[in-house]
Amino acid sequence: MNPRKLSILLGTVLLHGVLYGAAFLTVAPFLWMALTSFKELSEILVYPPKWIPGKFITDNFVSAFQSAPFGRYYFNSIFVAATVTVGQIITCSMAAFAFARLRFRGRDVLFYLFLGTMMIPGQVVMIPSFMVLHWLGWIDTYAALIVPGLASAFGTFLLRQFFLTIPRDLEDAARIDGCNRFGVLWRIILPLSKPALATLAIFTFMGVFNDFLWALVVVSSDEMRTVQLGLAIFRDRYQTDWGQLMAASVTATLPILMVFFFAQKYFIKGITLSGLKD
Amino acid sequence: MFVIFPLFFSFYLSFHKWNMFSSESVFVGFENYGSLIRSSEFWMVLKNTLIYTLGTVPLNMALALLVAYFLNKKIAGKRILRTAFFTPVIMSSVAAAVIWRWVYEPNFGLLNYLLSWFGIPAINWLNDPTAAMFALIMMGVWKTLGVNMVLFSAGLQGIPEHYYEAAEIDGAGKWQRFWSITLPLLSPTTFFILVMSVIGSFQVFDTVYVLTSGGPLGTTKVLVFYLYEHAFKFFEMGYASAVAYLLFAIIFVLTMLQTKYFKGSVHYTM
Repeated sequence: MNPRKLSILLGTVLLHGVLYGAAFLTVAPFLWMALTSFKELSEILVYPPKWIPGKFITDNFVSAFQSAPFGRYYFNSIFVAATVTVGQIITCSMAAFAFARLRFRGRDVLFYLFLGTMMIPGQVVMIPSFMVLHWLGWIDTYAALIVPGLASAFGTFLLRQFFLTIPRDLEDAARIDGCNRFGVLWRIILPLSKPALATLAIFTFMGVFNDFLWALVVVSSDEMRTVQLGLAIFRDRYQTDWGQLMAASVTATLPILMVFFFAQKYFIKGITLSGLKD
Repeated sequence: MFVIFPLFFSFYLSFHKWNMFSSESVFVGFENYGSLIRSSEFWMVLKNTLIYTLGTVPLNMALALLVAYFLNKKIAGKRILRTAFFTPVIMSSVAAAVIWRWVYEPNFGLLNYLLSWFGIPAINWLNDPTAAMFALIMMGVWKTLGVNMVLFSAGLQGIPEHYYEAAEIDGAGKWQRFWSITLPLLSPTTFFILVMSVIGSFQVFDTVYVLTSGGPLGTTKVLVFYLYEHAFKFFEMGYASAVAYLLFAIIFVLTMLQTKYFKGSVHYTM
């Protein structure tokens, strides 16, 4: 083997080593979480740290679910996230259809106004939104968690851009066959927009399921808590009970991780489109 | 409805003294803004937010570009690697912060153990006023690296292959190709990521809340945490609205900059 080939080979090996090393460091906290959640306390508090549990136990999960109503938190989170997701798909697809296909006065101005709201951070409108909900008497109800999330400028934008790529001929044909506007949206556009709808659905679900600040602000009673809020409170109460804390964290992350592994490309698409942060 | 109205209402509030529970509000003019500027805590909070931003954004972007650049090459198991780097992004920040508390644990934590291999003595990460911000920054980089990696990847794939081929024929080396083709052609992406990252780090809250609760000694208290505290712990809605408006102003300026720059630069002309 000549020296040039050897140096290329070495470079490739080194590059792989560094990348895999960095990737391992990135996932190490997850692994450690998962492994810790199956350990006995005597194996958790050891130095140097031990990776693989000597005996896999599930006691941490059992006691975490006994110390706090995680089942209830789960139900709340999934119910809220699912409702917001369905709601957003309905409102965003109708708004996007209007912006993409209908002609009405001030449409473009309205659209830019819509887009403009995308750059207003949630924290800025948090206080007034809270007060409106307070006047409505909605604080500490599902409505407080769901209603403010039902419309989304990002979702409307995403769907509008997709709708614009669908050829009009199809719709014209449908119109001639006697299909009304709603029928066009329902029978022609939506079935053709499945990838965009999937991106929006997954992105919305993840956002709502992982949301913390808004839930922290509008929820006060234990039975209305979401998983993230419940976990934060649990963390306050069981400061150093690492086994239970890790079991609770595994529980709080599992649904999204599962969805992610099956629908990775939609997540990545959503990120590319929005450049969204946590 | 939940954006436009609150925006104006928030502006109105910021000129009033308003306690949630009394029904009347008193017009106080610029007093909320005045006391904001006079408050030494506010300046500390602003400084903390800036330190966090300066600590996370450049490091994050440099690492993300590096990873994206190498993942764009012939690498075995590209998908697995990309998934690994992206996983922290989809995880809830509360759960992530709980895990990192365990990583930072001073006696049995993973990080101190790792550092002990290099002879570095144990650090009480979350209770030491200088280390706490550092801990927050490290976690912040870890959490959002995947986002920027994906954005950089998209940018890199948008650079036409024949530019590189032409440069190679002209005898440009690897580094020269990187500096004279990749970086300049990537600059709109880079600028976009920069602005989005700065905006994102000005909004950091969840991880602060769980990891340090703003402590020790307020060294990790950031802007949104300060806003939350004043609005929902002390119920000073007027004052908190002034903080919110300041945050909005910062983000607004950044976004305008972004839009302007984007319109003014088209790099793909030959």
